[in-house]
Amino acid sequence: MSAPLLEIVDLTRHFPVRDAFGRRVGWLRAVDGVSLSVTPGETVGLVGESGCGKSTLGKTVMGIYTPTAGEIRFAGREIGRLPRRARRAVAKDLQYVYQDPGASLDPRWKVGASLHEPLRIHTRLSRTEREREVRAILGAVGLPDAHLDLYPHELSGGQQRRVGLARILTLRPRLVILDEPTSGLDVSVQASVLKLFRGLQQTFALTYVFISHDLSVVQAMCGRIAVMYLGKIVEVGDTTAVFDRPRHPYTQSLLAAVPRIGGRRVTHDFALEGEPPNPRDVPSGCRFRTRCALAEERCAREEPTLREVDGRRVACHVA
Amino acid sequence: MADLLAVRDLRVDYVTDRGPAQVLDGVNLDVAPGEVVGLVGESGCGKTTLARAILGILPAGAARIRGGEVRFKGVDLLREDPRAVNDRVRGRAITFIPQDPFTSFSPVFAVGTQIMDLMKWKSPRVGGGRRPATLFGRYPRERRRADREAVLQTLRAVHLPEPARALRRLPHEFSGGQRQRLMIAMALLPRPELIIADEPTTALDVTIQAQILRTLRALVKERGVSVLFTTHDLATAHEICDRVVVMYAGQEMEAAPTDAFFARPAHPYTRRLLASVPRRDGELRDIPGEVPSLVTPPPGCRFHPRCEYATAECRAQQPALRVLADGHGVRCHHPVDADRDA
Repeated sequence: MSAPLLEIVDLTRHFPVRDAFGRRVGWLRAVDGVSLSVTPGETVGLVGESGCGKSTLGKTVMGIYTPTAGEIRFAGREIGRLPRRARRAVAKDLQYVYQDPGASLDPRWKVGASLHEPLRIHTRLSRTEREREVRAILGAVGLPDAHLDLYPHELSGGQQRRVGLARILTLRPRLVILDEPTSGLDVSVQASVLKLFRGLQQTFALTYVFISHDLSVVQAMCGRIAVMYLGKIVEVGDTTAVFDRPRHPYTQSLLAAVPRIGGRRVTHDFALEGEPPNPRDVPSGCRFRTRCALAEERCAREEPTLREVDGRRVACHVA
Repeated sequence: MADLLAVRDLRVDYVTDRGPAQVLDGVNLDVAPGEVVGLVGESGCGKTTLARAILGILPAGAARIRGGEVRFKGVDLLREDPRAVNDRVRGRAITFIPQDPFTSFSPVFAVGTQIMDLMKWKSPRVGGGRRPATLFGRYPRERRRADREAVLQTLRAVHLPEPARALRRLPHEFSGGQRQRLMIAMALLPRPELIIADEPTTALDVTIQAQILRTLRALVKERGVSVLFTTHDLATAHEICDRVVVMYAGQEMEAAPTDAFFARPAHPYTRRLLASVPRRDGELRDIPGEVPSLVTPPPGCRFHPRCEYATAECRAQQPALRVLADGHGVRCHHPVDADRDA
């Protein structure tokens, strides 16, 4: 296996919880000791329910939040606590795609201007060199050159999305974090967006971290998958292995909840009760024990750590 | 079986800058008593407009009903006295579960206040009179007590923890799943015959969605309530519905009992839609082209510009609805049969 492009070690991001007078009354443990490594060229899926910390993890890696503790190594270099100026040089290699990349276009700028901007800021290319680069990228996302002279409102939603992606790609990033890139899309549109992501990954040798709550999308897109629950990774491994034989009880419940056409109806045999506890008030020991059918006395005492089980790593005492 | 709801040839236009958009263009829909019908389609296909037209809550300035009927228990709601519809049908015989449980409550009143407000007007104990609450809007104590009992009972039925305490809490104190349980309870309280649920689980996580779908299906089956369930997610429709109707560009394209629908889809659009669901092996198949403009819809079949089987007939003439088998209708000149596998 080649050296990891991104290596996260024991990353923690806590947010202070304050009362009406601004006094700190507790901590919200959004990301609470996560380790994950991503090798060049792969797509790693990060799944979990709302509030499990998957977006916070992505944003902390991106530098939008500073880590409370732990390390983020990008291409062998620690980037979590770099001074501002040095951090900005890394930003070029690391890009973040929001749910609707088209929405981040300035409505008063022509598409061409929006695509030139990142190159103006991060490179010393001349105007003609930039123009050549911009046209190449626009072609890669499947739009004609004529679109450079249009305003965002003259494009359809799907085309805006493509321009937003082109804007991210002009800097030729190495790692792209996709945060719920297809939620809210219709299935037929979703399929074409996912195809585009795959094509771009080939063309630009990208590495993806794919954050999503949609398990069937993650299954189709990712080689490896990490399942998060309340700020921790509970199971991580090869997508096929995890989907075929989930070992953590939470992964099992999560997969059992996905409705599948033609399969058994999950409403007939879905067993997980209740909702995730508040991340301000995390249960002792294993975080999932309050909803787990297999929980025993030990689970309340000892927090399980990730260990090798059946070809993947699972944080569970009983798995 | 006599239909509870029968929509016939319904046409609704929206006023736009570029002229009227034909958002519903001759839609037919049937819901039998006790049946859960899934209304499936992509954004802009008209499913929400259809749901709103049935409830009579289309945006007044923008929408215009061009023709057709919405027959509920034999009465055409479009031609009935609007006050009678308001008194007896909307919020009583037909209730509504919205998509977004986060914005459907007022954030400043306790949940109990808001539910009791509903009961004051729409409690099944009021009867069908024009003044549900008595003179000056007073809420008789006897009825209030009985209604409150019914509320608590229903909150228990939707598995909301600690119902009595829940009534005193504000909406933000509930999670999305719990708020959707409250919404389901409110939709059930007037003892409706039909519930229109507009993407009720789209905003929820899968595990919560599974819990909510289970609760909803169990309750409506137990009480014999019909549900019109709109969703863009085919798997959710498979999960909960007895029958599925697919809409595209303002028309219903195919309608069939759930098992037949998924086993033998006959309309090319339905087949492409099913194929675009991400598969386990990672294969992705999209539908080429884009949804047509509703201001200038294509002549002939609405789907023909994107259809791989389109012929001259499809380009010229709108296909009529034809019946393939028992309860399986399709609006296509060349429906795909099981042997012609795409």
